[in-house]
Amino acid sequence: MSEKIKELKVSAIENGTVIDHIPSNAVFQVIRILKLESFENMVLFATNLESKKYGTKGIIKVSGKYFRPEELNKISLVAPHASIIEIKDFQVAKKMVVEVPEKITGIVKCFNPNCVTNHEQLVTRFDVVEKEDLRLKCRYCEKITRKSNMEFK
Amino acid sequence: MKHKSLVSINDYSKEEQLRVLEIAREFEKNPVQNILQDHVVASLFFEPSTRTRLSFESAVSRLGGKIVGFSEATNTSQKKGESLRDTILTIASYSDLIVMRNPIEGSARFASEISPVPIINAGDGANQHPTQTLLDLYSIQKTQGTLDNLHVAFVGDLKYGRTVHSLVIALCNYNTTFHLVSPVELKLPSAVKMHIKERNLTYHQYTEMEEVIPQTDILYMTRIQRERFSDPLEYERIKNAYILHNEMIQETKDGFRVLHPLPRVNEIDIKVDQSPKAYYFEQALNGVYVRQALLSLILGIR
Repeated sequence: MSEKIKELKVSAIENGTVIDHIPSNAVFQVIRILKLESFENMVLFATNLESKKYGTKGIIKVSGKYFRPEELNKISLVAPHASIIEIKDFQVAKKMVVEVPEKITGIVKCFNPNCVTNHEQLVTRFDVVEKEDLRLKCRYCEKITRKSNMEFK
Repeated sequence: MKHKSLVSINDYSKEEQLRVLEIAREFEKNPVQNILQDHVVASLFFEPSTRTRLSFESAVSRLGGKIVGFSEATNTSQKKGESLRDTILTIASYSDLIVMRNPIEGSARFASEISPVPIINAGDGANQHPTQTLLDLYSIQKTQGTLDNLHVAFVGDLKYGRTVHSLVIALCNYNTTFHLVSPVELKLPSAVKMHIKERNLTYHQYTEMEEVIPQTDILYMTRIQRERFSDPLEYERIKNAYILHNEMIQETKDGFRVLHPLPRVNEIDIKVDQSPKAYYFEQALNGVYVRQALLSLILGIR
């Protein structure tokens, strides 16, 4: 099945952003991270689509919205290989990939149950100490949260 | 350092740490001074601690300051469900500096972010205990005449012991050679070893302490805690494998000293206490001078 036909499983948008190559199980997390739950324009999404590269994938199309790179980079935690395509007048205007940021604020829960961020009302803050095999150092308890024990807020 | 909270040992640069030790030497010569008479220090101990709390309170008292606070959380509004945020904001308005111990990790960093007055972390769970590290550095410097190029052995629970982690990290500034003696189950975590490797320093790992002693300047003993073991027999076996006796410290370097953050259980035989090489009680006393130095530097009196 060609890439073109797959794309058509989700209607095209006139203007806005397409986020492609999201792992199937991460589509809803991406929606949450980008705060699309409270977004008022049209948002189309699909998951468990066939993908030559990754087996299956998800895709999200957000109408009338272009994101700042720092907003998009947050999704790299759950969708490290996501492709970002900006659409203008149904045409591809720009293509980008996401990058793991140096610091992460919010989104991720510190895995340490005895960390103050799990006891008080405060936003988690991490330094990314390893980007490839994701390792986040909590600014508060200084423990490392790894990909395998990462939970999202 | 005026108004600068101390949460983790790395919050202070090497130069700042050395400045604390330098001022501590002055307080050791002259420990009773009336320089804090206009200051109120809040001492918030959300979990019991004898040594650290009393040594802070002794430091404040000998400098003529006032102390407000509590020594356990049972009688505080925290039990009524008050958040740490509210406790800190309230008490900050009653005091010039807050010393806090809290079993929740990261609580001191959080407090330092919201508090208008500086925070000294007196231990946040298994995370950090930087004033212990400073008094360890002071004790090493005092007994060896220097902090540079020493051989330091750590013995016991190197996995969970926060004093070991912070001291190892701090000593990475001084070209230390590390000798790490522990049961396989309680080896120094790789996150701490990373600091040694980053500085290209040397470390050796051992499971027995005998061969290490003749090579070292400082033998830093630690307690192996029962609660780390699910099997009580395993605890007994391991605990008894790391006991220091007088016979073991006959052949040592001249300046060799035994340190221990205390409390001790049985890992140093009490006969060692009589040896001139035992330094752990003086080490505890040094904690008062180091805390006097810190308090006066942070309050801007020095």
